Amino acid sequence: MIPEIGHFALILALFVALALGLLSVIGGQQGRADWMALARPGAQALWLLTAFSFGCLTYAFYTNDFSVSYVAQHSNSKLPGLYRVAGVWGGHEGSLLLWHFMLTSWMLAVSLFSRQLPDAMVSRVLGLLGLVAVGFLLFMLITSNPFLRLSDIPADGRDLNPLLQDPGLVFHPPMLYMGYVGFAIPFAFAIAALLNGRLDAAWARWSRPWATAAWLFLTLGIALGSWWAYYELGWGGWWFWDPVENASFLPWLVGTALIHSLAVTEKRGLFRNWTIILAITAFSLSLLGTFLVRSGVLTSVHAFASDPKRGVFILLFLSVVVGGSLTLFAMRASKVRSGGSFALVSRETFLLVNNVLLTTAAASVLLGTLYPLIIDALNLGKLSVGPPYFNAVFAPIMVPVLVFMVIGSFARWKSDSATALMQRLSPVAMVSMVLGSTAPLLAGAWSALAALGLTLAFWIVLASLLQIYRQLRDTVGWTSTPASFWGMHVAHIGIAVCVVGITMVKGYETEKDVRMVLGDTVSVGGYTFRLTGIRAEAGPNYNADVGDVELIRDGRVLKTLHPEKRNYFSSTMPMTEAAIDTSLVRDVYVSLGERLEDGKAPAWAMRVYHKPFITWIWGGCVLMALGGAMAALDRRYRRKSTAPATAPIPGGALA
Amino acid sequence: MKKTLIPLAIFLVLVVFLAIGLTRDPHEVPSPLINKPAPAFTAPRLHAVNQPFSAKDMLGQVWLLNTWASWCVACRQEHPVLMELAKTRALPIVGLNYKDQDADGLKWLARFGNPYDTTVTDKDGRIGIDYGVYGVPESFLIDKAGVIRYKQIGPVTEEALQDKILPLARELQK
Repeated sequence: MIPEIGHFALILALFVALALGLLSVIGGQQGRADWMALARPGAQALWLLTAFSFGCLTYAFYTNDFSVSYVAQHSNSKLPGLYRVAGVWGGHEGSLLLWHFMLTSWMLAVSLFSRQLPDAMVSRVLGLLGLVAVGFLLFMLITSNPFLRLSDIPADGRDLNPLLQDPGLVFHPPMLYMGYVGFAIPFAFAIAALLNGRLDAAWARWSRPWATAAWLFLTLGIALGSWWAYYELGWGGWWFWDPVENASFLPWLVGTALIHSLAVTEKRGLFRNWTIILAITAFSLSLLGTFLVRSGVLTSVHAFASDPKRGVFILLFLSVVVGGSLTLFAMRASKVRSGGSFALVSRETFLLVNNVLLTTAAASVLLGTLYPLIIDALNLGKLSVGPPYFNAVFAPIMVPVLVFMVIGSFARWKSDSATALMQRLSPVAMVSMVLGSTAPLLAGAWSALAALGLTLAFWIVLASLLQIYRQLRDTVGWTSTPASFWGMHVAHIGIAVCVVGITMVKGYETEKDVRMVLGDTVSVGGYTFRLTGIRAEAGPNYNADVGDVELIRDGRVLKTLHPEKRNYFSSTMPMTEAAIDTSLVRDVYVSLGERLEDGKAPAWAMRVYHKPFITWIWGGCVLMALGGAMAALDRRYRRKSTAPATAPIPGGALA
Repeated sequence: MKKTLIPLAIFLVLVVFLAIGLTRDPHEVPSPLINKPAPAFTAPRLHAVNQPFSAKDMLGQVWLLNTWASWCVACRQEHPVLMELAKTRALPIVGLNYKDQDADGLKWLARFGNPYDTTVTDKDGRIGIDYGVYGVPESFLIDKAGVIRYKQIGPVTEEALQDKILPLARELQK
């Protein structure tokens, strides 16, 4: 009964979303107050119905209702309770429901935190989001219904994919989808502004905190995914340029450009078309990612059961949403009068350059991701594009981004003098070059790439510290410095931390792949590992071989690590659970491979890694997200303001 | 053309490619061995270890080389299709028991039925490497001259058998 009620709630949600979409958008366009008044309660009703439906599916999972096909495919009575709940989004249908739930949650947030916005704007935005929800509800109900029953009820479920049986599943998809879907909000604001014909500073100010919030969740989601892959896959890698990773990275790159472009549009009334197109692109890339992942057009480790019918539906949906938005853009954008002017040397210029670079980076990642598909479509053969392409193309684009990022934050709006800027920045440049090129000597071998990476990291951190110092020197008390100032610098320092991590791992990681019998030792990065035992252990739904590996430094045993090889009852693929010892400056990582020989002296394949500074990669992402949160919560977004399009710029802070 | 139309134009091109992409299967990787002589090998038979089988023995016949293993789940899926094919005696099927223990392989055939005219063992997977096998099951259609004409990656499905393998085999047998 419960699954049917959940199903019914989903159907009701479809009609609510349809009514909300049509009435609120038309009401907003025609200024009908009675229709506009429906927007907020409509969005809230949609959220309630979706949350209820989501609860019903969770209930079916938790109570092991294997008469529901989706539950039977992705759960098992032996599955621990936590994963029975998280298993709701362990497959295609349920993760779509999560997607939709996130969308309605954002809508709920807009309906609650939009008192400072004009009703017509709120009405259009919620209506447009309602229309997006219609698309996803139709998609679910027509092609991917999680509530379908089986006539043949299996005694037990097929179990959740063992790779997903990890705490990572609890946090990574919700965070990622929050970010993915969150870009629907600035998208809806952009379309609403196009419909309205008024792309002013007020519009930019309204969408800024939402864009920043979506961006911070996406940042966290990507970081969690990368960390999860790092410890779960047992390959020691943290980024694979897999099509699905790229699908989440593309909206991030464009979203990063968007939040900066919005800053310019708000402060200076410039780059309006740019901002609109970035808002549309960020959300389009989220949808495109959904298409790539679910339709099976590309091969990836994130294999969702693919179905051509689903692919056709998402492609149609994508065409309607993106094609419609871009048509509207083509019709309306030219009417947008351009704002004030700016000099060649100005903050605007550097932000524009970085936006172009970030967009170029996104385009090249997109090209690499779609290249196999394009080549195949042109009948030129089958091929795959691997990390060498992405590393070769991506890194050179990001280096100038990091350079200009700092110059942009130092430059004044509108016009600055090149000599003054040089004067302000050259000490920072000198010091960071000296520090950056000597620091690799401490790490061991000097390499040009390590020196470059560390110089850039010092460049960013020193510049931010200098600006924070000046801000504190020149203002009275903490409260006069806006939260967004801190947000920007925390996020920028986060980038630097991330760059340190990537540079150090790329430059100085060491690994060994060895065959070991009991008592053998292997040394990597100054640490010695001794295999002292291997025993069998039974888990709730798997059997495991657990190794005891002593981690030794300078003759002293620091601790014993326990890498595991798990054989889940439901799967033929053995799973590797790497044992990782983490510290601030390095990870040591042991993963247990295949059993090579049986008998008296069983031998095992082992992989050991020493990864300096790897946690900095994710730590940097956390700082970026924290910075995003500080910026999004800045007081001034909550004020009702009627500032003109080209408001004077208070202070010098960007954000 | 108006500048603001450019994003729409780019998007439309992208949609065309995505639509074509939907009709293709990215898993269908062509084997570089197609239309090349099948790598020669001599290996023990699963049922008669002392009578080695050589790929040369099959010259003059059109035959199917099917890699399988007792640990392979997808092999169970294709197994009924192979059993049906064996009944029709349309062409000889040679099994390559890939990276498997003999006892397990024999047990598996006893339990599910044996569609193979003969089964060859490839315990260390060396023959598999020569044939570019990167996952079981994979099947190769080899012609009278010992040239690989078709490769099926993954289970032999009913459709693949009726639409591709059998028509091609009949052609080659002429």
